[in-house]
Amino acid sequence: MVEEKEKNEENEEREPSIERETEEVMKEHPELARESVAKEVVLPGEFIGDKRGRKIGHGTYCEGEKVFSKYLGIPRIDQFEMNVIPLYGVYIPQTDDRIVGIISSVEVSGWFVDINSPYQAFLPLAEGVDDFVDTQRTDLSRYFDVNDIISCKISRVTKSKTVQATMNDFTAKKLYGGIIIKVSPTKIPRIIGKGGSMIQTIKQATKCDIVTGQNGVIWIRGDDKTKAIEAILTIEKESHILGLTDKIQKMLSEG
Amino acid sequence: MIKMGHKSDKKLIIDGKRADGRAFDQLREIEMKVDVVNRAHGSAMVRFGNTVAVAAVHGPRELFPKFMQEQASGILRVRYNMAPFSVNDRKSPGPDRRSTEISKVARLSLDSALFLEDFPKATIDVFIEVLQADGSTRVTGINAASLALADAGVPMKDLVCACSVGKVDGQIVADLNGIEDNFGETDMAIAMQPGKNKITLMQMDGIVTKDEFERLVKLATESCKKIYEMQKRVLKEKYKRS
Repeated sequence: MVEEKEKNEENEEREPSIERETEEVMKEHPELARESVAKEVVLPGEFIGDKRGRKIGHGTYCEGEKVFSKYLGIPRIDQFEMNVIPLYGVYIPQTDDRIVGIISSVEVSGWFVDINSPYQAFLPLAEGVDDFVDTQRTDLSRYFDVNDIISCKISRVTKSKTVQATMNDFTAKKLYGGIIIKVSPTKIPRIIGKGGSMIQTIKQATKCDIVTGQNGVIWIRGDDKTKAIEAILTIEKESHILGLTDKIQKMLSEG
Repeated sequence: MIKMGHKSDKKLIIDGKRADGRAFDQLREIEMKVDVVNRAHGSAMVRFGNTVAVAAVHGPRELFPKFMQEQASGILRVRYNMAPFSVNDRKSPGPDRRSTEISKVARLSLDSALFLEDFPKATIDVFIEVLQADGSTRVTGINAASLALADAGVPMKDLVCACSVGKVDGQIVADLNGIEDNFGETDMAIAMQPGKNKITLMQMDGIVTKDEFERLVKLATESCKKIYEMQKRVLKEKYKRS
């Protein structure tokens, strides 16, 4: 008994004081406790906090002062905004998104682009090509043909989800060769990593060219693409696990 | 022939216990799984005793034929289907009067919980397949569909939970099995959004008094809340941090 007591005392001493302080603050202000465990998964309809003058961001809805989650996701709550990041879902286009699309049809004055979404994007001729093009004489498939892969930007989305794309962006280009894989669009930030750390690791280890689109389409070209795909799919599958970067680094160095 | 709403000769309650030994307010053994269909955006399997239903969700996706598209909001399409081998006598495959009706009521019970206005011109397709039927198939299907919708990342106001209640041998009971469904006096299917305390489906066969009706609704509400907790647990378990 005495030994156990001593052990407990030792453990208590080892505990960092900052944790104790946090616990005390939580007891005094239980509303802050909610925010501190914000990394927990929330379900649709789950109460995530009071509005208290904050902005109701993505993935939430409010009833009076109470804010609820719309998705099965992870809440991101701070003093200005309340958001829920869904863990899974289809891509809904938003202005300024950088995406990878596939040309689905060639029209008289532009192209329809499949953007891995319930909605197709239209790439007008003026937004797609810098040169003057005489549409009476030129077939637009000369620039982009069906099944060509392009990296472009969403320039406009109307309320009824009519989507317009543009090539007037420094990242926009036609992608030659390679293959594409589709992952959940909500996992793209995890695949890119903080400041692009994760994708850089994969690029360096596999020596592949990789272009990630915010719509969940990833273009890969290189000799070692199997390894790159394997790494990306692992990230997608285990994105909610902590310490994933180390695991991927280990996986790439081993294989 | 025994008609619904009439007392049967069959004893369904013996010594204060139901035919399968359950208490009056006891649910059958419930099993729930999410992500059971690889190709769907979201899917779930729910088992209430011997009743098994699988639901798969595709979408939001582009809606064809185009004339069905709505400019201001998306639409929800639900198909409830019973497998030919799900019942004792072979059920002829394909849609029939009963499955068309259940598809409709399942759709109505689910669509008030969805933010369909977020997806103009698109559709969300829900497929409910009953693999094994032993009473309460529509509520099992709705529970599976609700889990599948949440798993697919469709924005929802709340999860939808459903439960059947009824009157058997003069007693108010929860979660009817096949025998109780066929030979009981009354059966009622209720779907609700427990978080909001809103009922989104109420169907009843048979005759009850006002007092009995109130007791049925109360028991259904309590049962739905139990199912709600299970649904929440199974969804959270999928994304448990390891």
